[in-house]
Amino acid sequence: MEERPLSDISYYKFIDEEKLMGSECKKCEELYVPPRHFCIKCHGSDMEWHQMEGNGKLAAFTCIFIGPPFMVQQGFDRKNPYCTGVVELEEGPRVVARIEGVDAGDPESIKVGTPLEVEFLHRGEGDEEVVSLAFRPTAS
Amino acid sequence: MPEKRKLGRGVAIVGAGMSKFGMFADKDSKDLFAEAFKELLSSVDKGFDPERIEAMWIGNFSNDFFVHQSHWGPIISDLLGMAPIASTRTEGACAASTLAFRDGVMSIASGLYDVVLVGGVEEMSKCTTVEVTEGLALATSPYEGAAAFTFPGVFGALATAYFDKYGASREALMNVTIKSHNNAPLNPKAQFNQTIAEIMQAKIKRAEEKGRPVPSWSDEKDALRDSRFNPPVAWPMCLYDCCPISDGASCMLLVAEDMAGEFTDKPVYLAGMGQGSGRGLHAAPSLTSFEANKQAAAEAYGMSGLEPKDIQFSEVHDCFSIAELIHTEDLGFFGPGEAFEAVADGATKLDGPMPINTSGGLKCKGHPVGATGVSQLIEVWKQLRGDAGKRQIPGRDLHVGGAQNLGGTGGTCTFTILERR
Repeated sequence: MEERPLSDISYYKFIDEEKLMGSECKKCEELYVPPRHFCIKCHGSDMEWHQMEGNGKLAAFTCIFIGPPFMVQQGFDRKNPYCTGVVELEEGPRVVARIEGVDAGDPESIKVGTPLEVEFLHRGEGDEEVVSLAFRPTAS
Repeated sequence: MPEKRKLGRGVAIVGAGMSKFGMFADKDSKDLFAEAFKELLSSVDKGFDPERIEAMWIGNFSNDFFVHQSHWGPIISDLLGMAPIASTRTEGACAASTLAFRDGVMSIASGLYDVVLVGGVEEMSKCTTVEVTEGLALATSPYEGAAAFTFPGVFGALATAYFDKYGASREALMNVTIKSHNNAPLNPKAQFNQTIAEIMQAKIKRAEEKGRPVPSWSDEKDALRDSRFNPPVAWPMCLYDCCPISDGASCMLLVAEDMAGEFTDKPVYLAGMGQGSGRGLHAAPSLTSFEANKQAAAEAYGMSGLEPKDIQFSEVHDCFSIAELIHTEDLGFFGPGEAFEAVADGATKLDGPMPINTSGGLKCKGHPVGATGVSQLIEVWKQLRGDAGKRQIPGRDLHVGGAQNLGGTGGTCTFTILERR
């Protein structure tokens, strides 16, 4: 049983460890990713960690040509756009995540409904390393 | 139950003013609010002594970030010579000044005050585009920022969900943009004052003068499809789907309903108002609707006893073109998935059956975020009084209009219904 406190801080630490974790309401079994302190369905407050399988499909997306400073620093710009989106997990919850393995320069080629699997993006090294949640089209 | 929410006493709008919206290197927030307040002073039909103002609420999203100055309540009360009366800043991202309006209304309805000033201000253009993008992204949900969503990116994602669900395409968004740009030249306060056709002609003329290749667009949509004219920002949101970076201020004088006759013979009354909250893309019940809108609309319709069919025209928060389609469906003006065809049929044009954003909308009027909500209410106030000049809705006896304001990426939504009796 995972004993870490249910929090966004823990959620992001799990991502650093390449785990996509949510919370499950012990009373009504509703799942939440990222985790919630309170169940918004039954208002229960007794939650436990639940590891997600990491499979889903693309529910919505955008290809960003003018990004925030931290993405500009990574070399993303008008000539090198990136894709980010909303992924509906097989277990039900949706998450927002970067979408890899698609051609962000040709948005018309990207389709809502595409099956996706989780991928963890690593950049930087040592103490500077940052891990981000991403998904890519499922290898068929 | 939303329908039970009634005010303790009625509230009337008896004066209003706004600065020109735009990018002003030589004006700061105080200058802009002064411009708005001077217009308010001259707008009160029977005149009025500013000494009568008992309290004020000022909406501001993020001047803290944009110009490194916070605490705008007392700055504005001092500017107007109103200190030491209570002056409170409200923050609800891009809905900040509608929240100021709501607080002012509730203060009168409760009996605490009789005469209050509400308004908003934002000063964004001293920042670079990257800085403004970063500043606005402060109002996305926390997880969206981590996934590298920008503000236009969130609305871009909603657009792809809308396209997929209803079979719409970028053409639908272009109809919204073209309509807004057709209204803009009629609004002297608007940041942009050209139709898309006029912008195309100006670009063609410039190309000819400079000896560059002359574009050969067949019509407005042909130009909007051209990525040199309309480059992608967060696809499918392109440049002409996005409202601009703006500076501006707006303000409004609210009084207890039974006092309105002291100020004007043409008061406009609050009929209903509502506010809702939302929870970010990942947890939203729908990607083609804002739950906060539904809550706000239910409250406003409940309070007023009115239905969507009673609203004769409305301002809605078209920060991005797709938002205008979603709002007009959430408010019940059109059925789910029906707004894009209604816009294509001309229903929302100035002379259509349901005019939307007669002001030119955020797209053309501009979007100084803290000033936007009250500026929307001013447009409805002007239309109801028959004071909207060249953009007055033609051939209609107007009694009821709406204004919908959105904060963040749907985290806050308001709907306000004004009426002339």
